[in-house]
Amino acid sequence: MSAPSSQALAIAAEVRAGSRSARAVAEEALAAVAAREEELHCFNEVTAERALAEAEAVDARVAAGEDPGPLAGVPIALKDNLCTRGVATTCSSRILEGWLPPYDATVVQRVRAAGAVVVGKTNLDEFAMGSSTENSAFGPTRNPWDTSRVPGGSSGGSAAAVAAGLVPLALGSDTGGSIRQPASLCGVVGMKPTYGLVSRYGLVAFASSLDQIGPFACTVADAASLLEVIAGHDKMDSTSLPAPAPTIVGGLSAGVGGLRVGVISDFLPDASPRTQAALRRAAESLAAAGAEVAEVALPELMNGLAAYYLIAPAEASSNLSRYDGVRYGLRVDAPGVEEMNARTRAAGFGPEVKRRIMLGTYVLSAGYYDAYYSQAQRVRTLVSRAFSAAYERFDVLLAPTAPSVAFAFGEKTADPLQMYLSDLYTIPSNLAGHPAVSVPYALGEEELPVGVQVLGPALSEATLFRAAAALEEAADPAARGPVAVGAR
Amino acid sequence: MAEHLGREEVTHIASLARLALSEEELVTFAEQLSAVLDHVDALRELDIADLPPMHHPLPLQNVLRPDEVGPSLDRDEVLAAAPAAERGRFRVPRILAEEP
Repeated sequence: MSAPSSQALAIAAEVRAGSRSARAVAEEALAAVAAREEELHCFNEVTAERALAEAEAVDARVAAGEDPGPLAGVPIALKDNLCTRGVATTCSSRILEGWLPPYDATVVQRVRAAGAVVVGKTNLDEFAMGSSTENSAFGPTRNPWDTSRVPGGSSGGSAAAVAAGLVPLALGSDTGGSIRQPASLCGVVGMKPTYGLVSRYGLVAFASSLDQIGPFACTVADAASLLEVIAGHDKMDSTSLPAPAPTIVGGLSAGVGGLRVGVISDFLPDASPRTQAALRRAAESLAAAGAEVAEVALPELMNGLAAYYLIAPAEASSNLSRYDGVRYGLRVDAPGVEEMNARTRAAGFGPEVKRRIMLGTYVLSAGYYDAYYSQAQRVRTLVSRAFSAAYERFDVLLAPTAPSVAFAFGEKTADPLQMYLSDLYTIPSNLAGHPAVSVPYALGEEELPVGVQVLGPALSEATLFRAAAALEEAADPAARGPVAVGAR
Repeated sequence: MAEHLGREEVTHIASLARLALSEEELVTFAEQLSAVLDHVDALRELDIADLPPMHHPLPLQNVLRPDEVGPSLDRDEVLAAAPAAERGRFRVPRILAEEP
């Protein structure tokens, strides 16, 4: 087994050398999207004309002898909670249907400046709240490995588009696992960077202390290249770290000799049997490659899920108060302002968003703030300190990304708590603000892909990706995208 | 299962959250939110009163950028996205009653 060849970097190299036109690459991607859209519904909008114009601009730069950027001509899909000037940004919600942002998110400016060509906006759980993309107001996305199953969520459209080979790169956002969990379920690489490494300017806010934007790709090298492009300080985001973008791709092949890897033992019992087996094999493969591997118990992390489902809804209830029928989006008219607000929000938000706003409003309301919200923030400290202690002994930690392979539509929609449990292994990194990457490693139950997650302390991206590259090399190639779309 | 939220309390929360919920939604949410609160109740048992609450993961505080004049969003483009605008402003339903 060996590392897969890069798609995005290969395209950029050809376009930069002038041996392939960005326009031809864009046409191919648009044709692939068009052929699969009805079956998969990855996209809320395909921006075909703009994509061709952007591609022609890249070709013009190449022809003029200018540097077209490290991602020259590479097609990319954007999660539809990233603002795109003049292109509808809906968050898969009725309340923002048709909204045309007056500005581009910083990450959108950066991928374009790097020469990437935006082909469209991808489907998500409404306002990124969910783990299956079933909460989209515009219908679910289907998993290309098995179209009777969910792609995971909330960035399900981005994960599925990459897994189906429609685009080599996509951006998602991860508040409690919304990049890594769909990456695991779709057999692609998905990465949540350190909180503050990537600007959130123009990312529609869900839970501001947890949200981070990150890359999807079929290969570790491609994901790392995209992170290099979007990372780095931005004065438009006050939570942006004053740190330079990390250099990652150059060090990917340095290996894991001497790397201290801790396998989080607490997560294993709840994972499916073949997920457990995949994780054990992943740990063995790192040891075989020279890493020092040991188990570590971090029981504090098991409290993360409950803390998250207090903190994230609390922040969401505050952030989503802006949808009041005044400045953008839907308005349902009523004689008074309060009634207009309440009717607009009742008509515009779907059930999961309402549920979280209600939960968040409750835990922040008088009499419950200390019992729930403050206590959850203390648990956040608990989780964070447990990680800190672990990182005195280990460079990185290893865990499953999700408890199981992709599940069937409707399997978890009736019980919100069951759906929330999909994020058990991904949430602690968000609480601590740490980076983590999911790498497709093996086939699990029903011969569907299983991802393995590498976690690290703040700003350990270069180390994480090095470990991810080693895992990729040892992984079963049959477990990663692109995959031929189909029902099983 | 503990009954965390009754119908009356759910109605109150919905009004705080400015959500005009249907009778059916009020009943469903009372059940579902009670189930979620049941799950998170485990946290209340943790003896962590001596730990400081963590509001966000950053070492940064009070980040300000230099107060320099620069371009801002185009007013007409912003107002074009509003449900109702008039004379360069957002238009909303009347918020003050007529003089008696």
